Order: sequence, then C-alpha cells, then structure tokens
Amino acid sequence: MITKKDVEYIAGLARIHLTEVEIEKLTTNLGGILGYVEQLKKLDVTNVEPTSHALPVQNVFRPDIVKPSLTQDEALRIAPQKHDGAFKVPQVIE
Amino acid sequence: MNLNELTAHEILDLIKDGKTNPADVYLSVVNAVKEKDPHVKAYVRTCHDNPDLASAKTNAAFPIPTTNKDNICINGNETTCSSKILTGFKPPYDATVIKKLKSAGATFVGNANMDEFAFGSSTENSCFGPSRNPWNLNCVPGGSSGGSAAAVASHQTIWALGSDTGGSIRQPASFCGVVGVKPTYGRVSRYGLIAFASSLDQIGPITKDVTDAALLLNIISGYDEMDSTSINRPVPDYTKALTGDVKGLRIGIPKEFFIKGLDPEVKKSIEDAIEVLKGKGATFKEVSLPHSEYSVATYYILATAEASSNLARFDGVRFGLRKQPNTLRKSPIVDMFEETRDIGFGPETKRRIMLGTYSLSSGYYDAYYLRAQKVRTLIKSDFDKVFTECDAILGPTAPTTAFKIGEKSDDPLSMYLSDIYTIAVNLAGIPAMSLPCGFSKAGLPIGLQIICKNFGEETMLRIAHAYEQATDWHKRKASAV
Repeated sequence: MITKKDVEYIAGLARIHLTEVEIEKLTTNLGGILGYVEQLKKLDVTNVEPTSHALPVQNVFRPDIVKPSLTQDEALRIAPQKHDGAFKVPQVIE
Repeated sequence: MNLNELTAHEILDLIKDGKTNPADVYLSVVNAVKEKDPHVKAYVRTCHDNPDLASAKTNAAFPIPTTNKDNICINGNETTCSSKILTGFKPPYDATVIKKLKSAGATFVGNANMDEFAFGSSTENSCFGPSRNPWNLNCVPGGSSGGSAAAVASHQTIWALGSDTGGSIRQPASFCGVVGVKPTYGRVSRYGLIAFASSLDQIGPITKDVTDAALLLNIISGYDEMDSTSINRPVPDYTKALTGDVKGLRIGIPKEFFIKGLDPEVKKSIEDAIEVLKGKGATFKEVSLPHSEYSVATYYILATAEASSNLARFDGVRFGLRKQPNTLRKSPIVDMFEETRDIGFGPETKRRIMLGTYSLSSGYYDAYYLRAQKVRTLIKSDFDKVFTECDAILGPTAPTTAFKIGEKSDDPLSMYLSDIYTIAVNLAGIPAMSLPCGFSKAGLPIGLQIICKNFGEETMLRIAHAYEQATDWHKRKASAV
C-alpha cells in the first residue's frame, strides 16, 4: 500500500513540489491504480523475456560526420534566461 | 458547395480541373474555423496570419490545409502540448513529418487541442480546457488527439495529424466519426514529436475517408536517420491498396473484445460491419488474445515509466516556463525545478510522472516495470499467433460512444479503461485504424477497428476502403455545429 510518506519521497525524486492537498489526493489515486496493476502478479512470467521495444532494431549508428545543427543563437533564443552565450540558472554550488 | 467540407482527394481533383484553387480552399477552412471553433474549441492556436504556413506554393502537389497536433514541432510556431510548462515554446526546427508535408505543398491551419502531453482520452486534461464533440457539444471528442478529430469532423480543416501512444488517434476518430490510422511503430518518423512514451508513440493521419488516410500516410511515412527507431523499408503507394477486393481475406474476431463493458449498440454495429465484409467475400473466425485483459495494467506501468523519464527535460532551464520561488526551501536550483514543475504540469501529468517514477524507483523496478515488460512480450505473442492464421483482426475501437464532459474526469481508472481495445496494439507495435461504422440511437458515432501485422497497412486500408465503399457513414455531417 502506498503511503503519504512514499508520495512525498517520489515527489522529491520527480522534482515536483506538491501541496498538502495534492499529496493527499495522489496517495488515494496512486493507491487505486497500483491496486489495479496488482493483477499482473497473477501471471506466471518465469522464462519470459522482457520487451522494451516492439521491433528488433538495435545499435543504430550513423557515420561520425559533422552536419549542420542548431547554432548557439538558435538554441538560446527560447531560453527562459541566458547570459554570455549560455543558459543562466540559479546558483548550483554553495 | 462548401470547399471545407470536401476530402483532400476531392479538392485535388477540383484543382486539377481548374474548378478551384488552393487559396479559396484555405479561405473556406479559415471561415469555418471562425464560425465553428468558438463552439467546438478544436484549436489552441491558429496560424492563418503566418504567410509561410498559410499560403500554398504555386504548383504544389498537395496544397491541402492541414491541422497539426499541439505536440508536433513546426519551426517558429508555438507548440505547447496543451501544457502550461511549454508556454511560449517556439521550436527552432521542423518535425520530419512537417518537413515532408511542407515539401508536398501542404498549408497549415493551426495546432489542435489535446490532453496535456497526450495524457488522456478526452482532451479534458488540456490547460486550455476541453474540446467538444461536433456531434454533441456536451460530449468529449475523445483523446488525446481530440482537437484534431473534432476539427476534421466539424470540417474546420481538410485533414489532420494526430499521435497515438495507447489509442490517441483511433479513440477520438471513433468518437468523432472520422478515420484515424496508427501506423506500424517505426513507419513514420517521431523526430520533432514531443515524446510521451518513446517505445509506443507513433504519428498518424486523421481524415474524412480512407482514401485521404492513404494519401496522407504516403506523405508522412518513410525512414528518417533523425529517428533511430525509424525502419528503413520502402514506402508503397498506399492508394494502390484500395482495390475494393477483400475476397478470401481471413479476418479474426477476438472473443475477448466482446465481453462485459461493451455497449450493446457498439456491439451491434460491429456485428453488422462483419456481415458487410462477409458479403464482400472476406472470411471470419473467432480468435483469442488471452492476455489482452492485462494490457491496460501493463500500459500504465510502461507508458508512465517512459513518460516520467521523457518529461524530466521540462525543468525551466532551456525552454518554456521558469518559476523561481522567493523563499528558499531546498536549494535555489532544486527549488526552481520543483516550483516550475508544480505550476507547469496539470494534475494528470503529475499523476503519471509520479506513477512512472514510483515503478522505476529502487525496490519496485522488478515488481512493476520489469514484470510489465514481460507481460508485454506475452501480449505481443498473442498477436503473432493470431497473424499466423489471419490477415487482420477486427473489433470495436472503444467500448462505448463518446461520454459526457466531466463524466470520468474524477476517476482516472475508468478513463484509462476507455482505451481497453486500442492499448494492446501499441504494446505490440502493429498498425491499426478506426473508421466510422454506425451511430448510436443518441446520434453519436461508432468506430470499427482493424488491426494488422507489422507493415500490414496495405491490407488494413484495403479492408477499410472496401467497407467504406459499401456504406455511407463517413458521408454524414456532424450535427451539432
């Protein structure tokens, strides 16, 4: 059973600041959905390989040739904040 | 004659005969949007004042007004996935499907409403509010490509793009009485489609008839080195598959699709459709997809896990919204991430990110994520088995017709179950489509789903076209606008 404390911990991992009301509601919602998902435990999956991708495509590489891509200006045009040709973020290191 | 009410192939014929021109067609669509969209709310943004997107080049092969879903990037054109967190986001590049449409000569009408990040089955999870069903404005148009389907059904466009991760093209097509195709995974490039669940997402056409679906699929399909999951395989001319001949085709009817929860009116329409195709020489047999009852549970583990990872990029650093709180809680940068994501994401998006993060978190990975991946293998093998003895599978697209706005919005699980017939297809990667096959007594459209094996689009479209030729459901006009 998922608890309020679990929800707070997951919210931290997911980097979402939730209000008290949201935490309450999500605890109920997620509990319901996880209860529904429990049915997967009825199936015997020993010796079944997991599928991560529907079609057998693996190790897709392209030749290591430089091609035109976004310029620094184009990439920064949509930045919420920029400084000196870089994305500006709040202080990271104390 | 209202040009906006025509199909693309009808318009192309008229242009060829000199009876109309691309500018008049575009204008008739713009006028329809002005008249009808205040009621339907299919669009979140129009682009008819942008000459680069609105005017057709001379002698373009396909100068067709096209509606884009709000999660597909058009260079310089605001694209938000109907989410606050992407407010003001103007992609600096074109998605591959857009590049292909531009070189075919298409024009663009605007971006259609959707459930935020394609999380939903009704468009009610849009930060712009719900779109409405053109057959009954109190009903949802389905989702997540509900705006695209509503725009096509109310003739506020000629055709539209949608994206389908668990039914997001087919279910709204069914609810709105139009044609919607989810191509084989890898058939259409996902480059420039803002990712929801990368192993399931696929872009596809939403159109007024099957011929238009084939035409639009011709334009957008093909290998793309910008999408490492795109398949390098020649694209046939899909219109050549529309021969009308289904004689001898073996079609499977999964018994699991006809259990409780299926609306009797929907069931009756599907049974009638089977009779129509029998009359054209197709043969039918009952088949079994024994693991299909587990597909919704499997999907909600895998799709949310992928989504939680894909949506990590929305953190206020490089694009979209940024919120810097005034008071310090954890650290300036973490507070910025957490506040931005709190005010930027709506409730369903938070729910899915949380569920996905939970199932991927330490201690739960094996029990949820890995187990769901194994069940995905079982679901896929069910289809493989059926396709050794059948050319196609046929059934309903959705268990009911369009439901009322607000009816399921407080109950995420009952909303998820409206995708029960469409979800397994995405898990298996195979193509499927929905086309109109009747109406309920209340006047709401019913959709017929056709499912084929990988790269079986030609067979699928042939069956759909043969059915369409024998019926006139696709010619009815939405009655509420």
